Amino acid sequence: MTEVKNEKKARVEVSQSLIRRARAVDNIWTVVFYLVALFFLLLLFAFAGYVIIKGFTGAKPEMFRFDRNGVGNYFFNTVYLVFLSLLISVPIGVMGGIYMAEYAKDNAFTKFLRIAIETLSSLPSIVVGLFGYLIFLVATKSQPNLLVGAICVAILSLPLMTTTTEDALRSLPPSYKLGSMGMGATLRQTIQSVLIPACVPRIITGVILAAGRGFGEAAALLYTTGSDTNIKWNPAAWVNPSLNPFNPLRRGGTLSLKIWTSFTASVGAEDVANLSSAILMIMVLSFSILAHYLEGRIKKKMGDTK
Amino acid sequence: MSEKKATSAKFYVHDLDLFYGSFQALKKINFQIAANRITALIGPSGCGKSTFLKTLNRMNDFVEGCKITGDVQLDGRDIYTSGMSEIELRQRVGMVFQQPNPFPKTIYDNVAYGPRIRGVHRKSELDEIVETSLREVGIWDEFKDRLNKSALGLSGGQQQRLCIARTIAVHPEVILMDEPTSALDPISTMKIEDLAVEMKEKYTIVIVTHNMQQANRISDTTAFFLLGELIESGPTQDIFLNPQNKKTEEYITGRFG
Repeated sequence: MTEVKNEKKARVEVSQSLIRRARAVDNIWTVVFYLVALFFLLLLFAFAGYVIIKGFTGAKPEMFRFDRNGVGNYFFNTVYLVFLSLLISVPIGVMGGIYMAEYAKDNAFTKFLRIAIETLSSLPSIVVGLFGYLIFLVATKSQPNLLVGAICVAILSLPLMTTTTEDALRSLPPSYKLGSMGMGATLRQTIQSVLIPACVPRIITGVILAAGRGFGEAAALLYTTGSDTNIKWNPAAWVNPSLNPFNPLRRGGTLSLKIWTSFTASVGAEDVANLSSAILMIMVLSFSILAHYLEGRIKKKMGDTK
Repeated sequence: MSEKKATSAKFYVHDLDLFYGSFQALKKINFQIAANRITALIGPSGCGKSTFLKTLNRMNDFVEGCKITGDVQLDGRDIYTSGMSEIELRQRVGMVFQQPNPFPKTIYDNVAYGPRIRGVHRKSELDEIVETSLREVGIWDEFKDRLNKSALGLSGGQQQRLCIARTIAVHPEVILMDEPTSALDPISTMKIEDLAVEMKEKYTIVIVTHNMQQANRISDTTAFFLLGELIESGPTQDIFLNPQNKKTEEYITGRFG
């Protein structure tokens, strides 16, 4: 009798020590993961802080101006270029994603398309820039302009928009589609009125990433937009279309190109490059914060509490 | 209408065979579904009762490799061969699913969805449809002050009744229910059952259920399916009190299933 009891007790003790060990290991790993997260957070803050502080401490007031010497016009060009590129990449990318998720048959052609999209997504941006230069500028005998730059950036972000949309559609519960089709809606009505609205938060995430890529893109614009800018904000000057800020067919260097040219072209222009970097940093950060806020609001409106 | 059969049946099913690839899921089904009655389809899992339900509004079209032969007539017109579009069919024959599946939209937009895809866009007209549909399923007073809240925030029972309201907003003639209460608590289940009984005045209801008490409580006709065959059908009381087939008796007395 006592022997049985002892054996039982021994077994219980073993399992107790096992549990203690498991708990200890669990705690250690929890700490490790927190440290890794903290490391990345610090890295982000240190990096962003350094760039922003360095950029603004070396800045002189005239650098902020929207004229030949300031970075204001480059800031405007960056925003305008990203806007133009999204105008191209979002509709085409979303439609491509809809095709891949809802219409594409499981056949060789679709497989080929998928490989093409994957290849496009890993294409070096300088190659896309060169492509844009040869096709849209040399072949059409045009001068460098913002629109061609925007097309190149759109080409770069197209695979991202397509796969984001496709993944978003595929991850929806099948009951949405069945529910809608079961009421006699056509596939197009179902996609337009139920599926795409349900995907909007995730598509916005794709737009953030695409825009982030556009803000920082330099290589694809090197040959396509021209690295300088000479727009005028006085409407009287717009009789010459190349001075009109809203004309997409004019030359227009962006902030990232300004960083590049400031460092390479002239000595002592580092302050301008640093300020450009700081502004670019703030743009990307505030854009993602805004977009995440927007995404959260839409999700909340749809009742998605995740 | 020329081919109309001399019968009051809403659905007339004759020699229906259904294959998923090489697997025969339904075998020579002959069955009639009476108008303004509740017809319950019972049987163990995989017996073909849900498959049969889905043939009635062609939801099997979405299943790859599904092949159907035989006649399925709605008011005397074959729903597969007479040129009736599945769009028209599904407006006349609505469906309520096992899992409540409201769209991630507001309560209002869920109910207004069907009318909208049929081209109703005037606000006053939609308001009226939403109100009458919600009234009909008895949740208007509960919901009228939060029509602009998301449907996903509702409880399962509320969601299911909203889905029924969404279905009747396009004035179907038949409502198919695929185990509509199996994901719900007993009180919500009771409310849906009461609702179904109320609704049969206006609609023909076909309900698939695993719950034999449910079939017994609400249905007028019961059909027992087993391994793709329709074993026995008839007035619910007869099926439950005096089944003709031994298999039916064994199933309803709980000896298998």
